Amino acid sequence: MDFNLTDQQNDIRKTVRDFAENEVKPLAKQLDESEQFSPELTKKMGELGLFGMYLPEEYGGLGTDTISYIIAVEELARVDGSHAATLAAHNSLGIGPLYYFGTKAQKEKYLPQLTTGDKLWAFGLTEPNAGSDSRGTKTNAVLENGNWIINGSKIFITNGSTDFSLGATVQAITGMNGDRKEYSTIIVENGTPGFKTVTMHKKMMWRASITSELYFDDCKVPEENLLGAVGQGSKIMLSTLDNGRLSIAAMGLGLAQGAYEMALEHAKTRQQFGKPIIKFQTIAFKLADMALKIELGRNLLYKACWLKDSKKQFAKEAAMAKLYCSEIAKEVADEAVQIHGGYGLMKEYDIERFYRDQRLLQIGEGTSEIQRLVISRHIGA
Amino acid sequence: MKIVVCVSHVPDSAAKINIGADEKNIDKNGVSFILNPYDEFALEEALKIKDSIGADVVLVSVGGDEVKETIRKGLAMGADSGILLKTNAYRDSISTAKLIAEEIKLQGANLVFLGKQSIDGDNGVVGQLVAEILGFNSVSVAVSFNLNGDKIVAEREIEGGREVVETSLPAVITAQKGLNDPRYASLKGIMAAKKKVIDEKEVTVSEIGVELIKLKKPAQKQAGKILGKDSSAVPELVRLLKEEAKVI
Ligand SMILES: Cc1cc2nc3c(=O)[nH]c(=O)nc-3n(C[C@H](O)[C@H](O)[C@H](O)COP(=O)(O)OP(=O)(O)OC[C@H]3O[C@@H](n4cnc5c(N)ncnc54)[C@H](O)[C@@H]3O)c2cc1C
Ligand SMILES: Cc1cc2nc3c(=O)[nH]c(=O)nc-3n(C[C@H](O)[C@H](O)[C@H](O)COP(=O)(O)OP(=O)(O)OC[C@H]3O[C@@H](n4cnc5c(N)ncnc54)[C@H](O)[C@@H]3O)c2cc1C
Repeated sequence: MDFNLTDQQNDIRKTVRDFAENEVKPLAKQLDESEQFSPELTKKMGELGLFGMYLPEEYGGLGTDTISYIIAVEELARVDGSHAATLAAHNSLGIGPLYYFGTKAQKEKYLPQLTTGDKLWAFGLTEPNAGSDSRGTKTNAVLENGNWIINGSKIFITNGSTDFSLGATVQAITGMNGDRKEYSTIIVENGTPGFKTVTMHKKMMWRASITSELYFDDCKVPEENLLGAVGQGSKIMLSTLDNGRLSIAAMGLGLAQGAYEMALEHAKTRQQFGKPIIKFQTIAFKLADMALKIELGRNLLYKACWLKDSKKQFAKEAAMAKLYCSEIAKEVADEAVQIHGGYGLMKEYDIERFYRDQRLLQIGEGTSEIQRLVISRHIGA
Repeated sequence: MKIVVCVSHVPDSAAKINIGADEKNIDKNGVSFILNPYDEFALEEALKIKDSIGADVVLVSVGGDEVKETIRKGLAMGADSGILLKTNAYRDSISTAKLIAEEIKLQGANLVFLGKQSIDGDNGVVGQLVAEILGFNSVSVAVSFNLNGDKIVAEREIEGGREVVETSLPAVITAQKGLNDPRYASLKGIMAAKKKVIDEKEVTVSEIGVELIKLKKPAQKQAGKILGKDSSAVPELVRLLKEEAKVI
C-alpha cells in the first residue's frame, strides 16, 4: 500500500490552492451575497486548465488521473462551494457523458470548446416530478423525418443558462419496450428553437453558481444528436452519476477542510476566560473529531478514485464517499459555527456561507437516503 | 539562445519561522517552501524572451533533494529543463556563486537572470558575484529589461527614482519586483513538466568565507505604554517621543 500522492498530484494541489486563495476567495463572499455568477472567474478556471483536465490532450484536456481532478475540486471547495460546483458539474456531468459515450464526431465537435473556459455543458436529468426516481421522467423525444422532436422540462440543472452554456445532455423517453419506458439521452444546443432556459433565483446555497430550468417545446434536433444508443439513457445517466458522486464527495471534503481550518484559527485566537478557547478540552475535542472525519473522508474518497483509475469497480465506494463526505461537511460546518460563537452567524465570517453551502451536498446527485439505497444494493441487502 | 535562470527554494514568506535544535537551521516542520518571489520575476523575464524570439530556458538551483519541488514549479511555468547542483552542505554567497558560475560556463549561456535577493538568506549578492566570476556585464535590481540583438537597455530602481542603463551580452540581470507580472504555472504546465528533465549533479562546496554561527530570533516587541487618557498626558508623550523614541 502506498498513500503517497505523486509529485504531479501535489503540484496540482498547490497550484489550484494558489488560484483558489488568490482569485476565488477575495470575490466569493460578494458573489454569494449578490447571487452573481462570475464569467471572469469561470474563464480563468478554464485558462488554468481545470475544465476537462482528465480528457486526453487531443480534446484539449491534460490527461490527468481521477485523483488529480478530485484534488482540484477539493481545493476550490476549500474556499468556495459555488465555484467548486460550476467546475464539478461541468466536468463530471457536462463533459463526462459526452466523452464516455459520444461518437468521435460528437467529441470532436464539442469537447475542444468545453476545455478552454469559453463554454459550459449541462446535464439534464431531474424534472419537477422526477428527482430521486428518474423513472418518473416525462420529457419525451419522438424521431420524425431524421429529427428528434423533444417536449418536456427539466429543473435544478447546474450551468444550464449561463452566457457560457453551449448545450445540455438531456434524458428523455424515446419509446416503450413492452410496458417499460425506454430512455435515451440527447444532445441539445442552447439557442435551438423550442429550447428555452431560465435561471432559478433565491437559492440558499451555491448562490454564485447558476441553476436552471430547461423547457422543450417541439424542440427539433438532428437524429445524430442522440448520445449513445436508443434505450441506453438510463445506463449513461447512472454511470455519469457514479462519476459525479466522486466530485460531490470532493466538494464535501474540501468544504469540511476549509471550515475546519477556519475553526482552528478562530479557536487559537479567540480568548475567553483568560485563554484561547482552544485550551478548553470541549473545543479541542471538537477540532479533533473534525480532523478525524476529514482524514477518514479523504481516505475513502481517494480510494474510490484509485479504484476508478485502476479500472476496477468503484460504484459502491463512490456512493460511500459521497454519502460520508457530504454528511461530515454538515457536521464539521455545524461545529465550526459553534466554535465561532455569535460571529459564526454573521455574513462577515466565511463560515456562515460554508454552513449554507454544505446543505446541498446531502441532496444533489442522489440524496443521502438514495446513497444508502445504492450501498445497500451493492452489499446485497 | 540559451538563458540560465537561477532559482532558490525558500520558506513561504507567510510561514511562521522557528529556529531548529542545531541553532543553525530553521525548523522545517510544517513550513511550506516556495520558489523565491524575486526569482519568479527573473524566470518570467526569461520566458517572455522565449515567447517572443525563442530561447532555451534552463533553471539552475543549488541545494538538496527538496529543491526539486521548486525546480518543477519553474518547469511548470514554462522553463525547458532544470539542473540541480546537489549538496546539503552549508554555503555562503560566494560558494553558491562559484557553483552556479561553473554551471553557466558548462551551459554556454550568455544571459543569466536571478532574483535580486533570496528571501531566506537575504544577502542579495549572488547575481553580482556570478557576473564577476564569469566576467559578464551586470545589471542589478532591474525593473525593466529590453533585449535587442545583443544590446540591453534596462532600468534599475534607485532611491526615489530609476536609472536607465545600457549594456550588452553576456550579462547577468537581477530582478526586482515590478519587472513584470509572473505567470501562473497552469495545470497544462504541470503536466508538461512531467516530461522535462531535471539533471542532478553532485557538487562539493569549496572553502567558505563567511561561517554561520547561529540563528537568533528578533527581540520581542515591548508592550505598549499608556500614559493617560486625556490631554494632560500630552507633555509626557512629547517628551518620550523626543528623548526615548527620538522620532521628533
Ligand atoms: C443546486 C442544485 C443543483 C442541481 N444540479 C442538477 C443537475 O445539474 N442536473 C440534474 O439532473 N439535477 C440536478 N439537481 C437535482 C438533484 O439531483 C435533485 O434535487 C435530487 O436528486 C433530489 O431530487 P428532488 O429534489 O426531486 O427530491 P425528492 O426525490 O423529491 O426527494 C425528497 C426526499 O425524499 C427522499 N426519498 C425519495 N425517494 C426515496 C426512497 N426511495 N427511499 C427513501 N427516501 C426517499 C429523498 O431522500 C429526500 O429526502 C440539482 C439540485 C440542486 C438543488
Ligand atoms: C442574533 C444574536 C442576538 C444576541 N442578542 C444578545 C443580547 O440581546 N444581549 C447580549 O448581551 N448578548 C446577545 N448576543 C450575544 C450572545 O449571547 C453571545 O454570542 C454568546 O454568549 C456567545 O458568545 P460569543 O459569541 O462571544 O462566543 P464565545 O464566547 O467566543 O464562544 C466561542 C466558543 O467557545 C466556547 N467556549 C467559551 N468559553 C468556554 C469554556 N470555558 N469552556 C468550553 N467552551 C467555551 C463557546 O461555547 C463557543 O463554542 C446575541 C448574539 C446573537 C448572534
